[in-house]
Order: sequence, then C-alpha cells, then structure tokens
Amino acid sequence: MSGDVLAVAEHRRGDLRPVSYELVSAGRELADATGGDLHVAVGGGDVETFADHLAVEGVDVVHTVAEGEEFNHDVCAAVTTALFESLAPTALLVPHSVNGLDYAPAVATRLSIPLVTDAVAIDYDDGVTAVRETYGSKVEATVEVETEPVALTIRGGEWPAAEGNGDPGIEPFDVDLDESALRSQVRGFEEVGTGDVDISEADFVVAVGRGIDDEENVDLAEELADALDATLAASRPVVDNGWLPKNRQVGQSGTVVTPDVYLALGISGAVQHVAGMKGSETIIAVNTDPDAPIFDVADYGVVGDLFEVVPELIERFG
Amino acid sequence: MKVLVTVKEVASVADDFEIEELAIPETYLEYDLNEWDDYAVEAAVRIAEDRDEAVEVVAVTVGPERSEETIRRVLAKGVDRAIRVWDDRLAEAGVTDPTTTARLLAAVAEREDPDLVLSGVQASDDGYGATGVALAERLDVGWAAVVNDFDLGDGEVDVRRELEGGVEELTTVSLPAVLTIQTGINDPRYASLRGIRQAQKKEIAVRTLADLGLDPSILDSDLILREVAKPEADADPTIFEGGPTETAADLETVLRDAGVGAE
Repeated sequence: MSGDVLAVAEHRRGDLRPVSYELVSAGRELADATGGDLHVAVGGGDVETFADHLAVEGVDVVHTVAEGEEFNHDVCAAVTTALFESLAPTALLVPHSVNGLDYAPAVATRLSIPLVTDAVAIDYDDGVTAVRETYGSKVEATVEVETEPVALTIRGGEWPAAEGNGDPGIEPFDVDLDESALRSQVRGFEEVGTGDVDISEADFVVAVGRGIDDEENVDLAEELADALDATLAASRPVVDNGWLPKNRQVGQSGTVVTPDVYLALGISGAVQHVAGMKGSETIIAVNTDPDAPIFDVADYGVVGDLFEVVPELIERFG
Repeated sequence: MKVLVTVKEVASVADDFEIEELAIPETYLEYDLNEWDDYAVEAAVRIAEDRDEAVEVVAVTVGPERSEETIRRVLAKGVDRAIRVWDDRLAEAGVTDPTTTARLLAAVAEREDPDLVLSGVQASDDGYGATGVALAERLDVGWAAVVNDFDLGDGEVDVRRELEGGVEELTTVSLPAVLTIQTGINDPRYASLRGIRQAQKKEIAVRTLADLGLDPSILDSDLILREVAKPEADADPTIFEGGPTETAADLETVLRDAGVGAE
C-alpha cells in the first residue's frame, strides 16, 4: 500500500459542509501515521472554487471531478471507486453524514474492502484501528481492521476543522460514467420544519425527550418553559410521535441551537441530538439514567425523575 | 408484488452495567425490535394494505432462536412470513460486520426476488448504518438511504431523503430498490390481539449458511474487536443529589445565575 489517504469532501447547495474540513484533519492525522499523502476529492458543482477552499494546510492534492451539480449517489459511488482504483490509497475517508451513508457502503462493497462507520477516533500501527460508539453511545468499541485498504466514515464534530493556507496540487480527474448504471435521479430540495417559532433564536431552551413518556405530559414541559420564559424544544422521538412539530426538533436533522441555557428533560443524548445542542453555554440535564450520554456534555445534572423535579421548578419560578 | 423487510433484534444495555473483557454479560442486556426496523415494517405493511394488487410482505432477520419472539411481533403487525438466518457457525463467529450481514441478507433476497426491500437506517446497538446500501450494491439494484417518505410508482419509487439541518432531497429511484427507512416516516402500529393470534400460525423459516449456498469463510470478518469500554465523559457535570425539593432548589440557583427568570 502507498500509505496515501483519500478523503471525499461534501458540499450542499454551493457550500462545502463543515465536516469536509474535519475530514481533512482526520485524513492528515492518518496520513502522518501511514507515511503517505493526503488526497482530497471533490465532485459536482463549482469544483474550482471548492478546490480553492480545500487548499488548506495538510492537503497534498485536491482532485476535482466535474460531474453534475449536486450529490447523486450513483455518480459519487462510481467516481469514488474510480479514483480509489487509480490512487490505490491505504484508506478512504468519507463523512458519516446522510450522504456518506448513501454511498460509502456501496463503494466498500464494490471495492471488496472492509468498512468501519461512524469512527470517533482513528489510529494506525501496522493497520487501521478505529474507535466507535455502540449501544447509544454508552459503550466504546475499538475495532482493528486486519486488512488494507479500508474505508471509514468519520463522525462530524470529533476532529478540529482544518485551516491555514496550503498549497496542494489541483488535479482534474476524468471519469467515464456509464449512464446506464445510474438508477437514481435527484429532482430537487425542500426546506422543512420552518414555522412560527425559531428555536435557534432562543436564549433559554427547555427540551423534552423520550422520557416525557406521553403526549399529555408535554403540557408539563410547556408549563415549565412558560414559567422560565424559555422556548420549548424536543429531541427526535417526541417529534416522530407527533407530540411537537418538526420546527421544535433539536439535532443533526433538526435545528442547531446555541442558547445561554439548555435544560434537557428526559433526553438520553443520542449523538444526533447532541450534535444540535452541544454549543449551548450552560447545559443542564434531568434524567433517571445516570449513564445517559447527555451527562457527558452537561454542566449540571440531576439523576432523577423529571415528573418530580419539574413541578417543583414550576412552583419556584411560577 | 413482494416487499422484503430486514429486521433485527437489538440489545440495549441496562442503566448500570458491567463489561467483561469484550462483552456485556447477558444479565445487563434487554432485547427488542430495532426501532428503525419498526418503521420499515410499518411502511411495508402499509404498501400491502394500500395497493390493489396482491402484495406479499416477507421479513428477514439474522439472529439466534431467541429473536423469534421479536419476529413474532413483526408477524403480528401484518408481515406474511419470516425467514431467520442462523446456524452454529454464525453463533460462534461473534461480531458480524455490515459486510457479512449484507452477504447473508443478499443470499435470502436473491432467492426471494422482491420488488422492494425496506431496511432500517441503522441498528440501535452497533449503529453501523451501512447494511441496507451494502445489500443494494450486492444485489446490483438501486437504493436510497435515510428515507423519510416515499411514493411507490410503476417501476420506480419517489423518495424524500432527510438531509442534515432540515433539508430534504427529492429523488427518484428505479425498482427493484432498497430503501433505508428513517424513524418518523409513519406511526408504527401496535400488534392487535387478533394479529398476535394469527402470528402464531405464520411461518418462520430457518436458513443455514448451507441452505443459502454460502461458504463459511464469509464469516471471517476483517474487523476484529479489540476493546470494549465505557466512554470517558468529556464533561464533568456537577450532579445535584437529594430529593426533588433539594435538587429543584439547586437547579433554581443555577438557572437564576444564568439569567433565567430575571425581569
């Protein structure tokens, strides 16, 4: 193996996504350990501009592929496979994003290489070792990959975003796409979940999760939010159940919030939720489970029953 | 038409659990149907209910005999029959990475020849999120990952994919296809008493590697589990102890210090 690392950047509607720069940091770290170069690929849309933005410290080569405007997984899988075969790197890095999930498993299958997804740490010592979280982030599993090359998807927010000017070579990559192999067609995009309340603007957020148990109990959280002059938000299960509208959802697929105070009631702290609220200034969690991952990001916590604590709080602020 | 839905019995860990070497002892584990798969099952059953033509819904799982309890619940929700892939070699192999699972499921899918495969986006225990797309690629059919709505047409399916940050992508995929289903796409039903009774009569066929014509070498995973640990907390929160009155008083102090309740 060359020791080289190939990382595939991601963009949406004209902008590189922040995870692309995190991918550069993860890729540089791995390439330093393997003794190879870091190749970054970007395809679709204004690749020249993307390549300029990706010319950050640590990148050796940016490969631009002028195919399509937006992400299409059939194109992305074909291009990534072709580039991988051309470069023969030791590792392929892809963001563990919705789009990453939409093509990385296909590429790994096509190339017959092992795939480790949602890595939160990567190490190399005569082989790739990755750390990933299981059982809803309650357990950390270290997985060693016995063969090379390997494909990895990396979790957003785990590596710092790369910055500083670099001077990579920019190399256009031509790929002969077999149009008959395209089985999907992207027809457009739609914003969802906007509404009367913008939770991203709130200074104080009271958020409820699965621990609220029942739709009727949402009233209790609403009452607390009123007493605190806070905005009521929710984690995914509450919205999935239709107990609160989509515009109240905090998380990776909902809204990212950064309030002064985030009070999480009955929220276990799934990684997708934490991604949307970890930037809050003060995080307070009330949960019956002392091992709930929410306590890993909280500043203050109560291991207890929200149905006992919340009425007391309402009384104090009401 | 035929809809194949992949389901998995997943384990969750108890509030207070121990780790023994590379495993969590059974006593700390609770088993249930994977949440994402519950939505996939509901979507599959609704296709059967909503379409004029006859639709057979078949569930496939990779799991030990214990998982039949979970599979019965799926049958009680309206799935017509189920296939469980297992044998002693699988039990011994331990870790199954998504590549292996996709191979096993593909062997079943090739025999069943479905028009549509629905799969959960990920399993809540190991969280790889890769099996559905790997399965599609192995079957050489189309796919879409993280689908939160779809409309099944003739020869194609219009899907909505839930991207990050409240944006949805609208995509059309040719059939046959594999869709990985996101939670919230529907409202999964509870099994009715009648459904539970009927489920007892439905078939759960067990398939071994040999039945599926698979070589045991496919179980030789390239991924070796080296360490299992409780993660070290990034934060070191101040935990308030005591009854609700005491803890609420402590929270009040923190909240007021942060400016909450100030006029």
